Amino acid sequence: MRKSLQRAIAGAVLALSAYSALPTFAQAAANEQFIPLATYRVGPYASSGIPWWAGTIDYLRYVNEVEGGINGVKIAWEECETEWSTDRIVECYERHKNGRDGAPVAFFLTHSTPASYALMEKGAADKLPLIDPAGGRTESTDGSVFPYAFPLLLSYYGQASVGINYIAEREGGFDKLKGKKIATVYHDSPYGRETQAAIELLAQKYGFENIQIPVAHPGNEQSVQWRQVRQLKPDWVFLRTWGVSTPVALKTAARFGFPADRIIGDVWAGSEADVIPAGDAAKGYQALAPFPGGDGFEIHKRLREHILDKGKSDLKDPSYFGKVYYNIGLINAAIVVEALRAGQQHFGNRPLNGEEGRWAFEHLKVDEARLKEIGFAGLLQPLQVSCADHEGGGAARVQQWDGAKWNLVTDWVQADRPTLRPLIEAKSAAYAKEKGLKARDCRAEL
Amino acid sequence: MTFFLETLLGGLLAGTMYSLVAIGFVLIYKASGVFNFAQGAMLLFAALTFVSLQEQGLPFALALLLTVVVMAIGAIVIERTVLRPLVNRSQITLFMATLGLSFVIEGLAQGLMGAQVRALDLGIDDVPVFLGEVMVSQFDLVAAATAALLVAVLALLFNSTRIGVSLRAVADDTRAALSIGINLNRIWQIVWAVAGIVGLVAGLLWGARQGVQFSLSLVVLKALPVLIIGGFTSIGGAIVGGLIVGAAENLAEVYIGAHIGGGITPWFAYVLALVFLYIRPAGLFGERAIERV
Repeated sequence: MRKSLQRAIAGAVLALSAYSALPTFAQAAANEQFIPLATYRVGPYASSGIPWWAGTIDYLRYVNEVEGGINGVKIAWEECETEWSTDRIVECYERHKNGRDGAPVAFFLTHSTPASYALMEKGAADKLPLIDPAGGRTESTDGSVFPYAFPLLLSYYGQASVGINYIAEREGGFDKLKGKKIATVYHDSPYGRETQAAIELLAQKYGFENIQIPVAHPGNEQSVQWRQVRQLKPDWVFLRTWGVSTPVALKTAARFGFPADRIIGDVWAGSEADVIPAGDAAKGYQALAPFPGGDGFEIHKRLREHILDKGKSDLKDPSYFGKVYYNIGLINAAIVVEALRAGQQHFGNRPLNGEEGRWAFEHLKVDEARLKEIGFAGLLQPLQVSCADHEGGGAARVQQWDGAKWNLVTDWVQADRPTLRPLIEAKSAAYAKEKGLKARDCRAEL
Repeated sequence: MTFFLETLLGGLLAGTMYSLVAIGFVLIYKASGVFNFAQGAMLLFAALTFVSLQEQGLPFALALLLTVVVMAIGAIVIERTVLRPLVNRSQITLFMATLGLSFVIEGLAQGLMGAQVRALDLGIDDVPVFLGEVMVSQFDLVAAATAALLVAVLALLFNSTRIGVSLRAVADDTRAALSIGINLNRIWQIVWAVAGIVGLVAGLLWGARQGVQFSLSLVVLKALPVLIIGGFTSIGGAIVGGLIVGAAENLAEVYIGAHIGGGITPWFAYVLALVFLYIRPAGLFGERAIERV
């Protein structure tokens, strides 16, 4: 009796666990646009994944319920829980690349540089655009070689350039950079090393000394690196860390007497999760923000009224509303919705497939007027994507942490794209040569 | 010279933080021969419990006490549901059980207490202290003092209490200990509870440095080379191993890393451990296993 009771309880627990592990999805219909979401709500990266995907889902829900879909075409989505693991993101891609219940897929949001790399050839073969704003492979901004990869908003090279441009602005001009020392403290991974070529190029152009200091993963002990910083006495530090290595960097910098307001963090070192654990050591720290934090933008008012206050938000903890990771999800959702809208203008008001999705992204244009209309003025930069330019923006604002919240301290700071372009083209040409690809003639496609 | 001394001293002090994590492994291995893969998850669970209780408005001391109680209850639950059913199974079976246990604990921690990153302020400023011209971290000094205190308390527990004598008896010869009436299940519960409390101490110090978040469970990666070098059965070995790893990886990063691209600290510690495995497989202070063949 006791054993059968135990078995019954164990069975019930297992059944409940299995039920709760089921992915959430909206039933798709053939006349809907299907969007697979490779989410990560559990595991090591859940602290960023939970608000991120809540931002995305809240915006998609807003478009469906308040605007009636995109020109009447409703959006259906389904989540795959990936724990931000590349193999599971790839599996999610494979499972959903052909759509669901007849509803086609126009793009796949990788939201992971390693996954963007892993899927690069599959996306091209399947003719399905891979969308990875402020991430992905830098040279894939050259759409002539990478027709199905879209590292939108701000590539890693662009991030380096915006950082240097902001330092020049703070120093009083580019001529003041000559002889200065700029140290990049970076996560020793392909992500961390990605900006090295761009910074080297900019160092040659402006005459500053380029110091590179690696931090090995996970970066939870950095006294060696910051002792080197103290010894080398740089004027500025460009912090290209990620995860736990950011708060540890800020705390260790403070211990070694390096001021936080001389540290510029990159996109992935600029969320609340990066600064809160560092406490007072993070006060004054600045970070590049193609995804600014804050809940005072027009879209937040609309979401509060139609989604949050009506209990329809995906966000379980409302204190995350307007935080950097929530806004990342929000901005990315707005970009893909605007791209689908651009595609529908050309193909008609119906769901798009992958090839049509590529056309849509390559004709995405969001100007200031449109940003104001959709409530994203100040939150999202103007974008103009083309066959040759899969970045489309190349700017970021700079935000500064005051100990309690991020404050935007600049308008959009533009990367030096003409300087970076030859570097990008050289890398994309090398890729094309290695893979035996023939580059598209983008001028002929105008 | 000052730079060298600073690097060396900084490494030694950082090493004591690794030792704190390694001691938890040693306790369980010594008493049961189980390599507890879940030690990192226990560390995360303890620190998360503590900050969650503090967020509810509990004062430091009460939050600490309640966390100790939670870890003790956790130890009893683990012994009853994981270890007892697997008693007399092979070591690899028990190891695999702790591997599964680590995922369960991590999932439970995130499910019950949330996945967000939390700040933890222990009131210890991470400010520089100058010993002559050599700069060290006040936080690291406190961590080193905590490790020393922990070793002293554990030594007292093992050498001067009835429980400690029973623990040592089980560690020396489990069958003989059973034959004289020592309750093995109770001993395992106590050891896991003590390892949980050691995990709490390590979790608080690491959490204060990097924030209380999932990656806390990864600090065990720093403890593995410490265990190989110091030996799996010696608390003193965990301390010495930590000092060696901390100093060696700091010096290697500065003086070797610069020539080969840097970022060598994680793997250098393992290379060092490999060298020790060649020379002294049981570690500096570990017990050599003698088996009849």
